[in-house]
Amino acid sequence: MGSTNSTLSKIPNVEELMQETGFTPAHIVRLYDRFEALDKEKTGHLRPQDFGAINRLAMNPIGDRIIGAFFSPGQETVDFHSFVRILAHFRPADKKRPKDPSMPEPVNSRTSKLKFAFQLYDQDKDGKISRAELLQVLRSMLEMQVTEEQLESIADRTIQEADLDKDDAISFEEFRKSLEKVNIDHKMSIRFLR
Amino acid sequence: MTDLCEGGMEDLWSIAVVLLQVWFSVMIGFIMIPAMFGLSLGVTSVYIQILVKILEWATLRIERGHRERSTLPVPAPLPFGLIQREGGSMEQEMGELRRYRTQSISRGEFALSDSFYFYIKGLESIVDDQVTQRFSSEELVSWNLLTRTNHNFHYISLRLTIIWGLGVIIRYCVLFPLRITLAIIGLTWLVIGTTLVGFLPNNRLKNWLSELVHLMCYRICARGLSATIQYHNKENKPQKGGICVANHTSPIDIVILANDGCYAMVGQSHGGLMGVIQRSMVRSCPHVWFERSEMRDRNAVTSRLRAHVAAKTNLPILIFPEGTCINNTSVMMFKKGSFEIGGTIYPVAIKYDPRFGDAFWNSAKYNMVNYLLRMMTSWAIVVNVWYLPPMTRREGEDAAQFANRVKSAIAHQGGLLDMAWDGSLKRAKVKEEFKEQQQKMYSSMVMGKKAPANA
Repeated sequence: MGSTNSTLSKIPNVEELMQETGFTPAHIVRLYDRFEALDKEKTGHLRPQDFGAINRLAMNPIGDRIIGAFFSPGQETVDFHSFVRILAHFRPADKKRPKDPSMPEPVNSRTSKLKFAFQLYDQDKDGKISRAELLQVLRSMLEMQVTEEQLESIADRTIQEADLDKDDAISFEEFRKSLEKVNIDHKMSIRFLR
Repeated sequence: MTDLCEGGMEDLWSIAVVLLQVWFSVMIGFIMIPAMFGLSLGVTSVYIQILVKILEWATLRIERGHRERSTLPVPAPLPFGLIQREGGSMEQEMGELRRYRTQSISRGEFALSDSFYFYIKGLESIVDDQVTQRFSSEELVSWNLLTRTNHNFHYISLRLTIIWGLGVIIRYCVLFPLRITLAIIGLTWLVIGTTLVGFLPNNRLKNWLSELVHLMCYRICARGLSATIQYHNKENKPQKGGICVANHTSPIDIVILANDGCYAMVGQSHGGLMGVIQRSMVRSCPHVWFERSEMRDRNAVTSRLRAHVAAKTNLPILIFPEGTCINNTSVMMFKKGSFEIGGTIYPVAIKYDPRFGDAFWNSAKYNMVNYLLRMMTSWAIVVNVWYLPPMTRREGEDAAQFANRVKSAIAHQGGLLDMAWDGSLKRAKVKEEFKEQQQKMYSSMVMGKKAPANA
């Protein structure tokens, strides 16, 4: 591992990356070290198996979905830039940033985080969480512990509560509404130390 | 002419030897006598502060001096790893996530936000799997070189090598002999003292003397390791007739805990030197030593421990429920046997400061002697000990759940990760079971107190 500044110079377009994601140089360096540590075969890319080697992730009931979030559809590898971009969603909101409607939504805003969480459920990306998709997530989290009927009744109840336009699916707006009181910034953030 | 020279040389030599002996005894005296009376001259803490300053200065100065000048600022070191983690349990965290719901939730409900908990935990594990990152990576290499004993030597720079060399000389030639002497004195004193006390009839005087002897010995041993121990919450110290439960990192844990109180030890009876020590200890106050054959019979073990605890005048038993030494960043599954005995449990969290080297005994890599040698040639051992409030088993709670509750309390206090897997599996790669455990925990939240149906 080279010195900090030589690490940064190894990463192409690092200034742009920092601008886009809001990470400080220190964060980028640490994330790069982490990326290299995960990339055991030194290919410069990560594959799903590299994530799978993380013990705590393998233990996580929705570990596979989380890994899936890093790979765009059809892609089998993720490079450092994409890795950082995805993690950037989970930075805590910058409190000092002025609300400027002309500027694009920052990548770690509340809406952005919610969209990301929405995609966790909406695997086919059709903009709605269908009953089947909800059941899938429930199944991952509960697996052998409950019966299929219990799963279905939970799914029914949840959709009933959140589904406002009665189309038997949860759209992003309905999702957002049902979670409006949750402190998303607090709960869906990875608090990077300065 | 040569005769005179030789005579002169011999005189010089004998003077040197005498001086050395005097110096040695003064040092020993200085260290031992306050130790025996539980006083501290404060030398150790000053020593550690100076040590840290010197080593940090050495590390940073040398490394920073070699950095290329650049326009980008140098990142500050991050003491606790890359990210700050929420310490709450699954229940706590989910509860907070669900707090927004206006209708009252019975324990059996699912909320869309429940998945966030798992999501964030997963992402956190992707970003950071390590606990301590005091310096940038190359600074860490230098720091390790200076502070750890068993580090393979890398040539980094001349200055660093010189300092490293000095460090090695001080540690091996000055500190080590001192420490070995202290350890030997301490142990010898333990054997002699307890044997002597053993001759007294069983009365209060005997107990008091026995405690004194034990304490003195452990204090001397602790000095023998240059251990600085900070005890927190002393009001929760384990009482007689109770069971003290702690996380296990190294055999030194016993010395650390016994420095502040007297415990009845539990373990297998060994032969040889250990056996001598064990037998003499039993003479002055009851400890529980098991023969190897007895260890297999769980009922016999439990009933003996129960009998010990029931006699309210016996010292609290010291047990390490993990069953094996764990590297000091996490707490593994507590074996439920200790929690079936009954009585009050006094949990204790022990956390070693990782700055000065790894106190963890990797029994697969090093044997006991090797390990003790490493400990004695390290700069210092800094430990924090937290006494937690006593816990007892609740109604309807089984031993395994109680064990988990205690474990979480200890992990939370010591800032250690609450790991689900069994210490004995630390080399195996069993993943499905642990995913299932997470699912079980979550399902009990969603389904309420109903027993989960079998699929």
